[in-house]
This record gives sequence, C-alpha cells and structure tokens, in this order.
Amino acid sequence: MVQDLGYLKETASQTAGPYVHIGLTPNFCGIPGVYKSDLGTSMINDKTRGQRITVRGRVIDGAGMALKDALIEIWQADSGGLYNSPAEMRGTADPNFAGWGRCPTSAEDGVFTFETIKPDRVPFKDGRLMAPHITFWIVARGINIGLHTRMYFPDETVANAEDPLLARIEHRHRAETLVAAGAAPSYTFDIHLQGEKETVFLDI
Amino acid sequence: MSDRRNHKPETGAFFQRDRDWHAPAFTPGYKTSVLRSPQKALLSLDGTISEITGPVFGHSMLGELDNDLIHNFAKPGESAIGERIIVHGRVLDERGRPVPGALLEFWQANAGGRYRHKKETYLAALDPNFGGCGRTITDDEGYYFFRTIKPGPYPWPNGVNDWRPAHIHFSVFGHGFAQRLITQMYFEGDPMIWKCPIVNTIPDRRAIEQLIAPLDWANTIPMDARAYKFDIVLRGRRSTFFENRPEGN
Repeated sequence: MVQDLGYLKETASQTAGPYVHIGLTPNFCGIPGVYKSDLGTSMINDKTRGQRITVRGRVIDGAGMALKDALIEIWQADSGGLYNSPAEMRGTADPNFAGWGRCPTSAEDGVFTFETIKPDRVPFKDGRLMAPHITFWIVARGINIGLHTRMYFPDETVANAEDPLLARIEHRHRAETLVAAGAAPSYTFDIHLQGEKETVFLDI
Repeated sequence: MSDRRNHKPETGAFFQRDRDWHAPAFTPGYKTSVLRSPQKALLSLDGTISEITGPVFGHSMLGELDNDLIHNFAKPGESAIGERIIVHGRVLDERGRPVPGALLEFWQANAGGRYRHKKETYLAALDPNFGGCGRTITDDEGYYFFRTIKPGPYPWPNGVNDWRPAHIHFSVFGHGFAQRLITQMYFEGDPMIWKCPIVNTIPDRRAIEQLIAPLDWANTIPMDARAYKFDIVLRGRRSTFFENRPEGN
C-alpha cells in the first residue's frame, strides 16, 4: 500500500430536466414574485464599454429539431480582453459588464438571444493570443452533463487562423462548427448536438 | 469574507473531470438522451483563462426568503403543504477545501409531485402556496442551508410506468466556469432511486450514493422540521507549483 491521496470525487452530474426554468428562470416560466428578475437576462447597460452585438441561435437534436426546453449560459471577456472574475489577475474588468448571461430557448421556435458586447482576445496558456470567443454551456432534458463549447466570429479570419484551440481540431471542416454566421452586429450560432453537422464540444 | 481578502485567489487549472464517474452522454435507458447526445469525441483542453475564471455572485443579490421555499411563494400568513424539511451541507472541492461564495439554485415539485410549469400536465394538484424555486450562497466555510417541503415522486413518459424518486434539482457555480454543475439530490431510503433510468445513467454505484442525502436526525428541529444533509463536491484546483511562463514549462 501507498499513501492515500485523500481527494474527494466530484459530485456526479444529472440532467437539468424539462423544468430547469423553475429554478433558473422562474419569471420566464410563470413563477413571478419570488425573484425581482431572472438572473443573467441582462449583460450590458448604458455604461458598458465595447461594440454591442446580438448573438442568437438554436440547439438542434439528432433529428434536426430545435430544442424548446434547453437553457444556455455564456461567459466571455470584456472589450479589453479581461474577465470579470476574482481569478482574473491581469487587471480589472469593465465593472459595467458581468461577462455572464443566461437564456432559455424559446418554447415557440427554440431560439435563444443574447445582447452583449464583442469580447477582445485573451491569451492561451503559452502566451499566444486566442481569437475572440464566447464560451457556451448547454443543459436540457436528455443532456446528462452540461455541454461546453465556444463561439468564434466569422469576421475574425486572421485571428481565427492562429487560434490555438481551433488549430487542435484534427478534422479541419469541423472547426467551422465553432464559427458563427452573420456579420457585425448580429451573429447566428446554431449548435448541433449530433450528426453530420455536430458541433465540436469540449472537455475542459 | 474578511478572511478571504487576505488570500490570493487560486488560479490553477482544474483537476481533469473523471468522465467514467459521470454519466456518459448516450444512455438509451433514458430515452431523450438518444437524440441529444454528441456522437463524436469531446476535444480535450487543459483549462485556459476562459474556463478557470467564472462569475461570482454577492450575498447582496439575495432576498430575505430566497432560501425558504415554504414561504417564498406563499400568501402572507400561509405556508406550503407537505413534510417540512431543512436541507443543509457544504460545498467542497476535490481537495476537501470549502468553496465559499458558491451560488446554489434549487428547484423541485410540490409534496404531490407536481411542478409549477406551463408544460406540466400531471393530474396531481398544484399547491397555491408553493412555487418550487430557491437559492442561496455558501458562507466562508462553504456552508449552505434552505427550508422546503419534501417533494413527492413523479411519473414521467419514458417507460410505460417510470416514476422519478423524490428529488431536488441543484445548480452550482464554483469559482471557475469549468466547475459549473447541475445535479439532483435524492433522499435516504427511497426504494425508487434504484429503479430510475435517470439515476441509472450513472455507471458507478458509489457516484449514485454520493447523490443520496442522509436523514440528519441530530439537526432535526423538534415539532418543526426534519433535516437532510447534502454535501456537494466541485472539481479541485491544481496547485501552481511553478508559475506558467510564456516560453512554456
């Protein structure tokens, strides 16, 4: 026998289920009055620095149907490339930009929408700059553990070409699944859970 | 909080997630997972600054009744119907360190197993005094607690006769977005836990047992509410033995 490392095991994930909105966006699903507003619905205000953009899209299952019960969260740097987090040691992020947003997909057409700002580049671990990107986290009924992915910008071809994460995608055509469609200030990012157009998901 | 200010925040990358411990994406016994599971391998990435950072929420955002589901939707002077319970515990990381300032959000059905949601059609009655959502933030030692009524079991269209065990959904924010977690808490002694296709997506029995809250008799309040204890473990952070240098190490 050797010494015991003594580490605990991470609590296992379970699906968020079809009624995730009760807990995370109660006002959206008809439970008013418990919280003033749903957390994460507003990412920017009048004083937020940076270029305003809209990001919308759908989450599509293996039969080509948009999920109407998914919940999306995004996390991103501000217009100066800083994260609004205590673990950000490079400087102080824009206090008028939380960097985090939450949006359920619509029960009618499955579309999610974020009004945010375009993030600046942040460094990879070796100091190289990553291309501007937004981190996505997707939960829903049928998804046992939240799916992480990233959205990159179609009008950042030079930065995307030297992005260390995109460069690691062996099947080059799959890198395109992480690049949104559209042009400033309005982008569309559809997430395909399964099949030919399957989005690249990350184990981070 | 005051103690934490004297400590440099930890900025190491997180322990790799043990994906043999968690449920795989494709679990055909849970039917909805069949068309909602990626078929291609995940792209593995040691955490960059985009994942080791994450939003942190202040206690000031909380309302007085946010952690009291018995009263936060009830009419003045009334309360929700059902078994009164307190759920409490700690949020720790894999190194056993407390996770202070963790936002926990929870949601659940009422005592009869009925959810307050537009899409829900189960014939059990709604409780006019029960909403089913709550939230709280862990203290400096990683402790949290809330008060609620014990949810009832709930039938769902998976197999012809599948019933969920009594459960409370939990959403947890740690200090990095890579720690983001949603899970479900079950109750000690419920015979339906082991029949449930969602529980059984988890391959390792010990991982399931970690989701079952024991009855905490010592903390039960006489003539008021029983207590259940539920600890949550988030991914640990690697020690930064050597600082990362741009030239690599």
